[in-house]
Amino acid sequence: MIKAKHQRLIMIVGAIIVLVIASLLAIYALRNQASYFYTPSELGSQNVEVDRAIRLGGMVQNGSIKTADDGVTVNFMVGDGEAIVPVTYRGITPDLFVEGSGVVAEGRLAADGTFVADNLLAKHDENYMPRELDGIDKSAIENSTAASSIGGSR
Amino acid sequence: MIAEIGLALLWLAGALSIGQLVMGVLALRSTGNMGAAYASAIRPTAILQGLLVSLSFLCLIWLFLNTDLSVKLVATHSHSLKPLLYKFAGSWGNHEGSMLLWVSIMAASGALVALFEKRISERMMIATLAGQAFVSIGFYAFILLSSNPFERLSPVPVEGNGLNPLLQDPGLAFHPPTLYFGYVGLSIAFSFAVGALVTREVGPAFARAMRPWVLGAWIFLTLGITAGSYWAYYELGWGGWWFWDPVENASLMPWLAATALLHSVTVLASRGALKAWTVMLAVVAFSMSMVGTFLVRSGILTSVHAFAVDPERGTFILILLGIYIGGAMALFGLRANTVTEGAKFQIVSREAALVANNVLLMALLAIVLMGTLYPLVTEAIGEQVSVGPPYFNPVSAIFFVPMLVVMAIGPMLRWRKDSLKRVNMPMAICAMAAALALLALVLLAPDAGLLPSIGLILAAGLAVASLYPLWKRNLRRTPLATYGMVVAHLGVAVSLAGMASESAFTTERLVASDIGQSHEVAGWTVKLEGVEPVAGPNWTALAARVSAKSGSNIVMLEPQSRNFVQPFTNTSEAALHTEWMGGQLYAVLGEQGQDGRWQLRLWWKPFVHFIWIGGLLIGFGGFLSLIGRMVQARRRPVKETEEQMASGVAFA
Repeated sequence: MIKAKHQRLIMIVGAIIVLVIASLLAIYALRNQASYFYTPSELGSQNVEVDRAIRLGGMVQNGSIKTADDGVTVNFMVGDGEAIVPVTYRGITPDLFVEGSGVVAEGRLAADGTFVADNLLAKHDENYMPRELDGIDKSAIENSTAASSIGGSR
Repeated sequence: MIAEIGLALLWLAGALSIGQLVMGVLALRSTGNMGAAYASAIRPTAILQGLLVSLSFLCLIWLFLNTDLSVKLVATHSHSLKPLLYKFAGSWGNHEGSMLLWVSIMAASGALVALFEKRISERMMIATLAGQAFVSIGFYAFILLSSNPFERLSPVPVEGNGLNPLLQDPGLAFHPPTLYFGYVGLSIAFSFAVGALVTREVGPAFARAMRPWVLGAWIFLTLGITAGSYWAYYELGWGGWWFWDPVENASLMPWLAATALLHSVTVLASRGALKAWTVMLAVVAFSMSMVGTFLVRSGILTSVHAFAVDPERGTFILILLGIYIGGAMALFGLRANTVTEGAKFQIVSREAALVANNVLLMALLAIVLMGTLYPLVTEAIGEQVSVGPPYFNPVSAIFFVPMLVVMAIGPMLRWRKDSLKRVNMPMAICAMAAALALLALVLLAPDAGLLPSIGLILAAGLAVASLYPLWKRNLRRTPLATYGMVVAHLGVAVSLAGMASESAFTTERLVASDIGQSHEVAGWTVKLEGVEPVAGPNWTALAARVSAKSGSNIVMLEPQSRNFVQPFTNTSEAALHTEWMGGQLYAVLGEQGQDGRWQLRLWWKPFVHFIWIGGLLIGFGGFLSLIGRMVQARRRPVKETEEQMASGVAFA
């Protein structure tokens, strides 16, 4: 039989051990599983592992959106003024996904250098857009004279 | 005029809350006539405070219903053409209004405590109301100094800006208040904990006074999360039901803490054990509801939920958060040693199972909290990351799985002292149910995936285990609270089965379709019959007519792509068809391509609706429990503990 005092101690120590394990696991997993945000130029200059979950953010290049023959696969180019990355996406595009506007693509880099997107985040309305696009829209407005399609109102 | 009255009422209520705190402190410190005078004034003050701030919120609703555009909040968030329901709901569908709603619910709850709570000592009541006042002062200061909902606008605009169309949905109209009821309930529970710590009266009476608030908060959080999940499922049109979005996590974290608190407060109320533990959980649960409010309100996160993008407000809330959580932890640290040791129990007992369950819930909470805050931390050092399902799913499963096992076995055990041998039989029956599920999976769906398979197996075992407390009992004499536990635990099994089935067996079809063309998805023949324009009160849309045929069963679906006029926005309205014993067919209309074909996204999701049915069952179980406790409290107000202690009856 275990004495009451010891029992209380075992309980507390057990609880602490479980919580510490949980925290360590969480830290370990976060370092491996958090998906990082890249701009096209960062994607070119840094070595990004193929098939790792990442986010790519930039401007959809003018004249680059092409719909494939199946009617549901979209290919387009995302750039940030310095580099351009080809992106392919299968699915229904967000409502405000247009050429010359900002987009964040969630997905992974394929071996041939194409970015395969599982999900596209575009501006939902004038009040909502992915946090990562903040800086991009502003710089785009500064760099571009024909920024009529970009409404960086926040 | 109404706006000025509302503001004045709000200032008065804020002043009263300061008075309430001061009087509470003085009443506890002074003795004799003065002390008694302060003590007798604190209850009326709390009631008046609740009344004034509720009236102030009614003023705001009135302004919204009448679309008074001279008020800035109405002008920026409403529109005269908006349907009446959304004018009403619009009063809390924005930052300022929702904060006013928060403080109104809290003050009204404080008034209810002052009016009806009779089980705790007078000193503890005073300390509790002072604690409630302390929490509400911060919120009054926040609203009055940085988010005044009654601010006037000059010149008066001709028309308002409208409400975010994504939020124009009957389900969502009542989603925020539901969650707020939960958050506020936990803050009241925390006030009780403060009262008990200050007066050194942590015991069963305290637990019984706190329990209905915890239970109520937990029911609201459960329903709020369930509704929010279903809303995201059909409104966002992505077919997903949980995105580990920070705002979803902000409601999940208090729920996890409240679930742990709910179980330990029951042990304290009926068994006199787990005293310090219960108080600590009350502090944690309150902290999580504050973190939840902070995450959503500070604008630190960008999503549909974050109304405020204002660093000043964020800093303000952060300071409040620091004061509350720091203060609560400090009070607990100072007074923890005055909490007497609770009743004893053995390592194999229902109490021990509840402790194990609590610890695992805390581990889950830690994992969700770290995953939610990690992007904020890395952003501070200049790196942008996002944390999603690849982190949350496997890591939380490591703790969720043993928690479900404990959850299945715990209710079979007796209080205080038991042996696993005694419950061999029921455990074996549950294991058999799980084994049958495993066999079925191996035979019918060998490639269902690891996590979904584990989920389905555990759901089968847990479903059987959850019914065990009713085994061989006189069903008429079984307390309502026991039924509540059974229903809630069964709900967890049902919901888990739905989640696992959805992630294992969903079939998706993405096509570009001509009018009149048919497509196959999981035994359904889906045909695009036509696309036509339709108009609503403040939107126009393209609506597809889609027929879906399975055997002799033919249903029509009408997914839409909507354009809202004010503010100018597009949304997709998914169309759903539910087969109650099958699953849901989900259709989304995309764009028209240059060749004239329409994009159509179709899903067949077997038993996906079980997720929310389970959620409703969990909430209903909580409700049964709450009713049961209230009836029980009325029947035998004082003698409850002694009787239970002596007889050792197993209370759920």
